[in-house]
Amino acid sequence: MSAKNSEVKKLVDKKYRHGFVTDIGSDTIPPGLNEDVIRLISHKKDEPQFMLDWRLKAYRYWETLREPDWAMLNIDPIDYQDISYYSAPKQNDDGPKSLDEVDPKLLETYEKLGIPLHERAALAGVAVDAVFDSVSVTTTFREKLADAGVIFCPFSDAVKDYPELIEKYLGTVVPYRDNFFAALNSAVFSDGSFVYIPKGVRCPMELSTYFRINEAKTGQFERTLIIADEGSHVSYLEGCTAPMRDENQLHAAVVELIIHKEAEIKYSTVQNWYPGDEEGRGGIYNFVTKRADCRGTNSKVSWTQIEAGSAITWKYPSCVLRGENSVGEFYSVAVTNNMQQADTGTKMLHIGANSRSTIISKGISAGHAQQSYRGLVKILPTAHNARNHTQCDSLLMGKQSGAHTFPYMEIKNPTAIVEHEATTSKIADDQLFYCRQRGLSEEDAVNMIVNGFCKEVFRELPMEFAVEAQALLNVSLEGAVG
Amino acid sequence: MLNIDNLHANAGDTEILKGLNLSIGTGEVHAIMGPNGSGKSTLAHVLAGRDGYEVTGGTVTFLGTELLDMLPEERAWHGIFLGFQYPIEIPGVNNTYLLKAALNARQKFRGEPEIDAAQFLRVIKDKARLMQMEQSFLNRSVNEGFSGGEKKRNEIFQMAVLEPRLAILDETDSGLDIDALKIVAAGINALRSEDRSFLIVTHYQRLLDYIEPDFVHVLAGGRIIKSGDKSLALELEAKGYDWVLDETATPG
Repeated sequence: MSAKNSEVKKLVDKKYRHGFVTDIGSDTIPPGLNEDVIRLISHKKDEPQFMLDWRLKAYRYWETLREPDWAMLNIDPIDYQDISYYSAPKQNDDGPKSLDEVDPKLLETYEKLGIPLHERAALAGVAVDAVFDSVSVTTTFREKLADAGVIFCPFSDAVKDYPELIEKYLGTVVPYRDNFFAALNSAVFSDGSFVYIPKGVRCPMELSTYFRINEAKTGQFERTLIIADEGSHVSYLEGCTAPMRDENQLHAAVVELIIHKEAEIKYSTVQNWYPGDEEGRGGIYNFVTKRADCRGTNSKVSWTQIEAGSAITWKYPSCVLRGENSVGEFYSVAVTNNMQQADTGTKMLHIGANSRSTIISKGISAGHAQQSYRGLVKILPTAHNARNHTQCDSLLMGKQSGAHTFPYMEIKNPTAIVEHEATTSKIADDQLFYCRQRGLSEEDAVNMIVNGFCKEVFRELPMEFAVEAQALLNVSLEGAVG
Repeated sequence: MLNIDNLHANAGDTEILKGLNLSIGTGEVHAIMGPNGSGKSTLAHVLAGRDGYEVTGGTVTFLGTELLDMLPEERAWHGIFLGFQYPIEIPGVNNTYLLKAALNARQKFRGEPEIDAAQFLRVIKDKARLMQMEQSFLNRSVNEGFSGGEKKRNEIFQMAVLEPRLAILDETDSGLDIDALKIVAAGINALRSEDRSFLIVTHYQRLLDYIEPDFVHVLAGGRIIKSGDKSLALELEAKGYDWVLDETATPG
């Protein structure tokens, strides 16, 4: 069947559909990192003194650290003095007051990415904060959300407009001393989103942030902080893309979620950073610290992530289940193809009695890609009757890919019930043949089998994004069987 | 409809089919019987285009087209259906979703519009009734958690929806109890028509009590060594395969 092989060959070139560069004047500071750079960033953002002090403390601590090396990743050395830590598209001194003042090239960029920023054209029921390199371009539906009492704005605005909330909550879930990349982020973070949902409010729209890296030789260090006050509810989604470039670019983000009693946050990620080419040239280093703190009785957090892009992913969205009956969930699909590497998973820290957690992780590895699930379930002595269920499934495509599972469990309370299931399978030839005999092309058959494998995770995504995620997966795995 | 001429095929280094000839006319039902290891399933798989077999000689034409040059899905689009001896489980893939995708792939090949949802639902409801399948079946993942009998019923259900020109049924009767066998046979009989042909591969005569074939062939040693009408099946049942093997053995 030689006809088949050539068909498959044609598909082997993985297509990255968001790899274009926006040609726009930018205000980019020279590469390098020192206290003056941090002062400059803080000055550019017109920050209050407490913010600068915090950044400097983080920087001084970061200087004492070394990069973590425990993950199963091969990382080329990163020269932190060769990165620019701030880049913003040129604009008037005060920044755009309204969408009409935003550079049309930026609007066009988001249009191309499928994220129209004009409210009339926007996806119904979804508010967007658009972050371009180091700054937020615009945030849609701010007024409508404000009517409900919901604050949804760029992080830099929040620092100026709601300093008391920032000072109260920033770094309380992920302190700057948490790890190497969290310390770096705390020192140099630029923009991200800030969300506050007041007591008893159910956020009337989906909130989302779209992160775009454009400028070469820059890193993106976003910081997101979401606070769900008592009895409130919000669903938030982030998406990410970047141009195709031969050099690696660093993305080190921190996300902190604070969930008070009876509140719920649903946080979804569709990560599609540029993954590099087939030989592993270029691509984003995605080193991210995400953590949710369930502080009260019945608080609930749900992380859903579709990780399809990036050359290297190092990411463990975690849940601190402090409140009684608090619930933490982690649903993940990670796809690695060609030379991509991912070491991802979660941590569930059970402190409160009757706290419950669910982990469902689906890893798909193709080409020469290597992927690890790394998860910690820790039950403290206070967590009576805590429960955890973990299910880790890996699907291998092709002969050179690898899947690894590193589950850690620390159980300090005898009433806890912890379950762990893990499977590794290959896309079986007989499954493919079965679908093809019914009339599906090989590519459609692979997509169908892979999507079936990921179904439990996809159904956790907000409707609008489930379709997008499925399409993304199909593109990421094009040509993976051969 | 189907012409197999001097077909030779290997699995690995072993030659399994050694010059097989068979001709199936439109609307005919042919049964292929034979002892274990005679090449029955290999024939079914080679016709459907499964990887792992190498055709080393001979030709197969289907509706006037050279079949062996086609991909498995192209054979399906031309109207070949294989009922699997061991239907495959595909976790998370909805049974009807697979069928709809399969139907629409064929529509696309024919340059016809996609089947609309309402029409599709009507079709599958009808066919599910024919196979006495509960509605809940249709919404489950393909064959996942199905019993042996349910899997075979699902195969015939799929065949009923896809309406092939030539259905190759590989040991569809194996693993069925008598009730399930009757349902499966009734489903097959309901699909018999003037423009649809069947190639029924079976080890036992039992299925042929319910599906009356026009022709019966004995496959042994990679060749068809004897053909006849339905009475041949009864004779085989009574006398066993050794009888044919002895009768057709080349002297010396």
